Amino acid sequence: MKHYEVEILDAKTKDKLCFLDKVEPNATIGEIKSMFHKSHPQWYPTRQSIRLDPKGKSLKDEDVLQHLPVGTTATFYFRDLGAQISWVTVFLTEYAGPLLLYLMFYFRVPFIYAPKYDFTTSKHWVVHLACMCHSFHYLKRLLETLFVHRFSHGTMPLRNIFKNCTYYWGFAAWMAYYINHPLYTPPTVYGEQQVRMALVLFLFCQIGNFSIHIALRNLRPPGSKTRKIPYPTKNPFTWIFLLVSCPNYTYELGSWLGFTLMTQCLPVAFFTAVGFIQMTVWAKGKHRSYLKEFRDYPPLRSPIIPFIL
Amino acid sequence: MASTEEDGGSVEEKENNNRKRTKSAVTVAWLTFYNIAMTAGWLVLAMTMMRFYIQKGTHKGLYKSIARTLKFFQTVALLEVVHCAIGIVRTSVIVTGVQVCSRIFMVWFITNSIKQIQNEESVILFLVVWTVTEITRYSFYTFNLLNHLPYFIKWARYNMFIVMYPIGVVGELMTVYAALPYVRKTGMLSTRLPNKYNVSFDYYYFLIIVMLSYIPLFPQLYFHMLRQRRKVLLGEIIVEKDE
Repeated sequence: MKHYEVEILDAKTKDKLCFLDKVEPNATIGEIKSMFHKSHPQWYPTRQSIRLDPKGKSLKDEDVLQHLPVGTTATFYFRDLGAQISWVTVFLTEYAGPLLLYLMFYFRVPFIYAPKYDFTTSKHWVVHLACMCHSFHYLKRLLETLFVHRFSHGTMPLRNIFKNCTYYWGFAAWMAYYINHPLYTPPTVYGEQQVRMALVLFLFCQIGNFSIHIALRNLRPPGSKTRKIPYPTKNPFTWIFLLVSCPNYTYELGSWLGFTLMTQCLPVAFFTAVGFIQMTVWAKGKHRSYLKEFRDYPPLRSPIIPFIL
Repeated sequence: MASTEEDGGSVEEKENNNRKRTKSAVTVAWLTFYNIAMTAGWLVLAMTMMRFYIQKGTHKGLYKSIARTLKFFQTVALLEVVHCAIGIVRTSVIVTGVQVCSRIFMVWFITNSIKQIQNEESVILFLVVWTVTEITRYSFYTFNLLNHLPYFIKWARYNMFIVMYPIGVVGELMTVYAALPYVRKTGMLSTRLPNKYNVSFDYYYFLIIVMLSYIPLFPQLYFHMLRQRRKVLLGEIIVEKDE
């Protein structure tokens, strides 16, 4: 069996970083990364980007050496992706924050509101309802992170945890401050009816969002990173796949619209708007990659809002 | 902004496209017109300011005399954010956005709204800086688009900011600081609980936060310009930091 020789150069300086000889033809990029890691212990595999061209795309871990357009002496370029952190860690941290912070405001922990309100509770039932909904939402997210989601990438750059946590924790604190404030004003426009409808919308979308997460999980066998077109299943909440590529985002938007109506709180509306913008960007990107990857992708689907966006 | 959620919110390596972007004739025509118009506008502002000072011998009332022209030309600069967003100008939307927003903020939410500080010396300070900077910048863009860039304009564009930026920042900060007591007294643009939208906003503290935000933001804009200067004037090849 003919063995390959692999040399790894720095993508920017073109310095020779590593030379591996007697590499099996069926070795994967992942295995090469492990070998590279041995000679450079500070660059663990998840922070390595290996490419054929200094400015090209990263090769996948699953790519096999002999199937790549390289000669028996293969030259790869390396780029350091920076310190990495696992997706699971980031998700757990960014979701645990809002869960706990909101509760601190709900229970009116000292130093937030005037001392005479410490450890009191609001007299408005919608405030209790909002706390239950908010807490349920983030608890659901935590449990989904642990038991439902199947991530294609293991890690992301470390600085993302600071960015993401600032976003989630900051907004949670801002919303919670007003909803649980002693001077909070419950919905006035349509009062109790508004709260009830908002609750229905919220719960409907929570179930919907969960259904989509389960459907997406079932598309992917455990431990795999395959991509398939999602289709409606027997669960009616998934029938939205007929019209939308990323119904998880659609339902998420719906949940937060519900929460906004329920609390009639401008900071919540703000949070919903910002989240909507970000999710639209993601949905459009995902929709585009579906279209690129699958010739037979259903043409009726829109990225996030049926027929509109 | 993240490209996909799957990147964990990071920008993954963009697909390399080596094709050079050539602008259409319409684009070039529009941008040339825009930059000539803006150069003219700021020249008019400069001359009006100089004439006022020469004739009256004082800066008091100077702001009032140029207020409308200033508001017009500074607000129109929002188009530059659009230019970046639609790709006809190759600059970061965020850098342009921050720059334009800070100007709009000063003009509309400080000098326009808080009449009592219009005669402060610090206002003249940043007005002079802005005028010099903008005339240089827009004529630079104009000549660039016409492919006839005199070296002194390029020199001015990439050297004067070294002194102008910090002076401008001082003028702006001093003006906001001078405005604080009036904001506190009138409670302008502020709202308190309880209200039916369950939100509160204190313009006074907001202004303090804005002033503090100059600390992280100004150096980034400044070093961005310094890097541009090294690339353009000194021909240095700057290897961009990994994303």
